[in-house]
Amino acid sequence: MWRFIGFRFLQAIPVILAVITVTFFLVRAAPGGPFDQEKAVSDQVRAALEARYQLDLPMHEQYFSYMSDLFRGDMGPSFFYPGRSVNELIIQGLPITAELGFYALLTALVIGCLAGVLAALKPNTAQDYVPMSVAMIGICMPSFLLGPLLVLIFGIWLDLLPVSGWGNSQGDKILPSITLGAMTAAYIARLSRSGMLEVLNQDYMRTARAKGLPEYVVVIKHALRGGLLPVVSYLGPAFAALLSGSFVVETVFQIPGLGRFYIQAAFNRDYTMILGTTVFLSTLIVIFNLLSDIVAAWLNPRLRYQFRK
Amino acid sequence: MKFNTDRLIFVFLILLAGCGGGESESRVESGNREGVFHFGNHAEPQGLDPHIVTGIPEHHILTALFEGLVLKNPYTLDIEPGVAKAWDISDDGLTYTFQLRDNASWSNGDAITAEDFRWSWQRALSPILGSEYSYMYYPIENAEAYNTGRMADFSQVGVSVLDDHTLQVKLHSPTPYFLQLLDHYSMFPVHRATLESFGADSDRLTAWAQEGNTVTNGAFVLTEWQINSHVRVEKNRSYWDAEEVDLNAIVFYPTENLVTEERMFRDGQLHRTAEIPLDKIITYQQEQPEVTRIAPWIGSYFYMFNTNRAPMDDVRVREALAMAIDRALIAETVTQGLYTSSTALVPPGTLGYQPPQLFTFDREKAAELLTQAGYPNGEGFPAFDLLYNTNEDHRKIAVAIQQMWMKNLNITVNLVNQEWKVYLDAQNNMNYDMARRGWIGDYVDPYTFLGMYITDGGNNKTGFSNARYDEIILHEAPAELDKDKRFALYHEAETILLENMAILPIFTYQFKHLYQTSVKGMPDNIMDYYNYKYVSLDSEG
Repeated sequence: MWRFIGFRFLQAIPVILAVITVTFFLVRAAPGGPFDQEKAVSDQVRAALEARYQLDLPMHEQYFSYMSDLFRGDMGPSFFYPGRSVNELIIQGLPITAELGFYALLTALVIGCLAGVLAALKPNTAQDYVPMSVAMIGICMPSFLLGPLLVLIFGIWLDLLPVSGWGNSQGDKILPSITLGAMTAAYIARLSRSGMLEVLNQDYMRTARAKGLPEYVVVIKHALRGGLLPVVSYLGPAFAALLSGSFVVETVFQIPGLGRFYIQAAFNRDYTMILGTTVFLSTLIVIFNLLSDIVAAWLNPRLRYQFRK
Repeated sequence: MKFNTDRLIFVFLILLAGCGGGESESRVESGNREGVFHFGNHAEPQGLDPHIVTGIPEHHILTALFEGLVLKNPYTLDIEPGVAKAWDISDDGLTYTFQLRDNASWSNGDAITAEDFRWSWQRALSPILGSEYSYMYYPIENAEAYNTGRMADFSQVGVSVLDDHTLQVKLHSPTPYFLQLLDHYSMFPVHRATLESFGADSDRLTAWAQEGNTVTNGAFVLTEWQINSHVRVEKNRSYWDAEEVDLNAIVFYPTENLVTEERMFRDGQLHRTAEIPLDKIITYQQEQPEVTRIAPWIGSYFYMFNTNRAPMDDVRVREALAMAIDRALIAETVTQGLYTSSTALVPPGTLGYQPPQLFTFDREKAAELLTQAGYPNGEGFPAFDLLYNTNEDHRKIAVAIQQMWMKNLNITVNLVNQEWKVYLDAQNNMNYDMARRGWIGDYVDPYTFLGMYITDGGNNKTGFSNARYDEIILHEAPAELDKDKRFALYHEAETILLENMAILPIFTYQFKHLYQTSVKGMPDNIMDYYNYKYVSLDSEG
């Protein structure tokens, strides 16, 4: 098991380094710079600004300077928000995005597993078709449509829930979590349904029932572990999807999370902020994929022996 | 026992209802009661250092936190005393002497002196700081030289301290709109001791302007600043005119998404919105006209030509393109009365100025001009690109104009939309054929528009260059004290600009906001300017 983990970890490092390098150069290649404004800026002003942010240095010097700061954990000053560092902004936005992601994942797991397991227990009946169709809504409706729709119904017509914000009014975390988790819920529903179907037809299930165990023990104790395996493997990519999906949800619901910073940074050509957020998010995604692989290997011992000859 | 799905759903619904429950009193209602104004502010402020930032969202917050020498009356836009209680202007219009009031103080108790202004202006003009609004100071003697690094000694700049409460400013030419400039945030004072305690004052990266650090001199003080969430300012009890301030606090929300902002307004979360989504305007005007405010704004919407590139290098082509557009039709049908047709650069009525009217929509004349230029009935006319920044309004207008050119002149135009920075980049490098441009005036005087088109002017970017125009704008008009004569000079300059058709005027702007009926004291004015001392919330409203 440890060799497996170690090997995976080593694989992750060059991935992250490649992401940083490519982003660094790509971002500077885009037309338009951080100091281009609609009102013209005099040459002296522009020169002063570029000197302050080290943009007048040759490209490779900027790169090495950035990398050495990065190894010390300093992601530099934001080009757009004078007086704020990238670390500071990420620390402000991260807890909110993480909480949103967590609630969304929770919602997705609850709705998805429930729908999938129920559907698998009685395939090709109403108990199968209804939950799966509802789950399909998550795949068919993009979040920028689902979000405003939910806001219209629950926020404005029924006046049950707040239309925006996060943590300001009671219940304002519900709609964003559902909006963000909807698509993941749909995938989890499909995965758990197919996983469960496969397991429920196995011989050892017949044995368990023959022993006289009540149905719910059969399902929970024997079927779930094997049936939910595909869901566990999906959690890594699911997390990545949730992170990037959060950008849209944060805009629709006015949530001050990392996603909004990221979009603003790209728009404003805030180089350090774009880089910092990209590094941070890609590291998180790599870690999550790693964790997801580890959990899958723990649940399914056959996966651990990939590296033995 | 099977999984009892009904029980599960029931439990889920209970949880949902328990968490929600709605609001008993909306944010607007509690704000009306407590005097807290909830302000939809369009975007997160880049910062709160008045000498560095450049946007309108920043303006709304900075005018609450700081105060300059003068203020403006929101009903008439007349100049009112701010930190300066009175002033004298010399007969030649070159020397302004300001008497500062004794009871004006910073939020930490320090008194405000004339030296505060002198030092602040020196800091704002520092070449290293790189303030993008430093051109506001240029009417002051030697300010431009100091700011561009040509002069190292600030004592040569026309700002001097006569005593603790008397500030004297010398201009290099009589600038009739100079007092208006003083109300712009780039000319606000900053607290020296605070800046210096955070590092070099000309280093824009210090954290002096942030929550907990900043010291300000306006009617409100900064109490909370959570990035991308809100900025909260509260009434400054030691402000010299605190009795006149009705509001207890203002909370600014960065409502970037127009559609979300409108929902927030409908849900009673905002007193004022920064915008109204275009497709909701008609509905609001018909069903809730009492909350809808659309009024002229001092801004011009036009297309600019790259006069260095064919076919735009022929003035007849430019005139033909200008005359082939039915502006009134677009204004009525495409933009639903949101813009007003214009055939000049300066919006009419700017301080009473009437721009020249050189042409109208005339498709025969346009076709004739195009024929004269060598493209009879549009034959042989090269297709060109019309650039605009990604925005639904701009797209609709561009499509309508593209069709009009096709129909009236039989020419092909390609519409190219670009993301904001890419679009700015193309303009700055003159890498375009024709591009959309908008310009909002910084102050109420035609100069704020006409000043752009001097030869090689930073905001010119069209290749337009005319010696007589430069002469008027740079020398004659600033020296003219008599308003009528000055306006005649402006008229002459604008006529030259339009005869050369360096730009293609289309519309003048209107701003559009939604205000709850409880909001009082925010009248419409051409600058879309607020003076928070006049604002109050009616708790019955």
